[in-house]
Amino acid sequence: MPRLIRMDPTGHSTLAEWTVDDDTAYAEAVAAFRREIRIGHIATVPEGPGKATHVRELPRGAALVILRRPIAGG
Amino acid sequence: MEAGSLPELAGVPWRERASPALLARRGRLWTAYTVAHVVPFVCVAALLVALEPLSAPVALAALAHAWIIPELYAFRGANTAKPRRGPAHAAEPVAQGLLGDLLGHHERALQRETGLALERGALGVWLVGQQGALLVTAGGRRIHCFCVRVAEPDLPPSDRTAHLLLALREDEQGFATVANHAFSGASWRVRRRLPSAMRRALDAARARAS
Repeated sequence: MPRLIRMDPTGHSTLAEWTVDDDTAYAEAVAAFRREIRIGHIATVPEGPGKATHVRELPRGAALVILRRPIAGG
Repeated sequence: MEAGSLPELAGVPWRERASPALLARRGRLWTAYTVAHVVPFVCVAALLVALEPLSAPVALAALAHAWIIPELYAFRGANTAKPRRGPAHAAEPVAQGLLGDLLGHHERALQRETGLALERGALGVWLVGQQGALLVTAGGRRIHCFCVRVAEPDLPPSDRTAHLLLALREDEQGFATVANHAFSGASWRVRRRLPSAMRRALDAARARAS
């Protein structure tokens, strides 16, 4: 089942889960996604070893979408 | 900003995008910088002893400077890979599980043993830590050290590494652009400043890069 998770002080939190053909669950996931993006999170879809893609909209078919905070030079 | 590029690049528009050519140029500059520090002190030491053998203690002090200054730079580079100090984080096992899911079998075992996540990229082989990353370039002889972190004080250590790893995977050159370049030089100079567990990770990265 596709999941939207956010890395946070608890390790990570699952914000939403949906199935490809469940429009209601997906709409709730999109609302949660947009809420997190508005407050500064960055969404990434891991695509196996060595590859991840930054996304601006919640991809319906992605197995896992991870929300992270921005990085900066230390 | 290019499509697919790291969003954080918007915060550093003045920086030239990292590339193999830019890293090679930075490497040459670091080498020149090191030589410029070492050679004058060595020459002064030799000249002092040649002019007056009794000035040997001063010559030794000059030689010490020639040794210490490059060592301090290598130390700064090694520090980028070292973990943050502090008490154990209660959520670390959860964060460790997520990070482990992002890594392959060998890389997961190496990360748990050393604290550094090994990642092969187009620029070389990366070792990603909690607040920085090391890049071993092709051949395994040169290393670049980057200081980069996530500005969230309460994250467990493995989440910090996962943040950097995901950003690196999104856009490797963008990641190397956003990160602050802290050091470049021979990888053995950084290796001897690392804790022994991390040396094993660096050895693995050097082997992959060779």
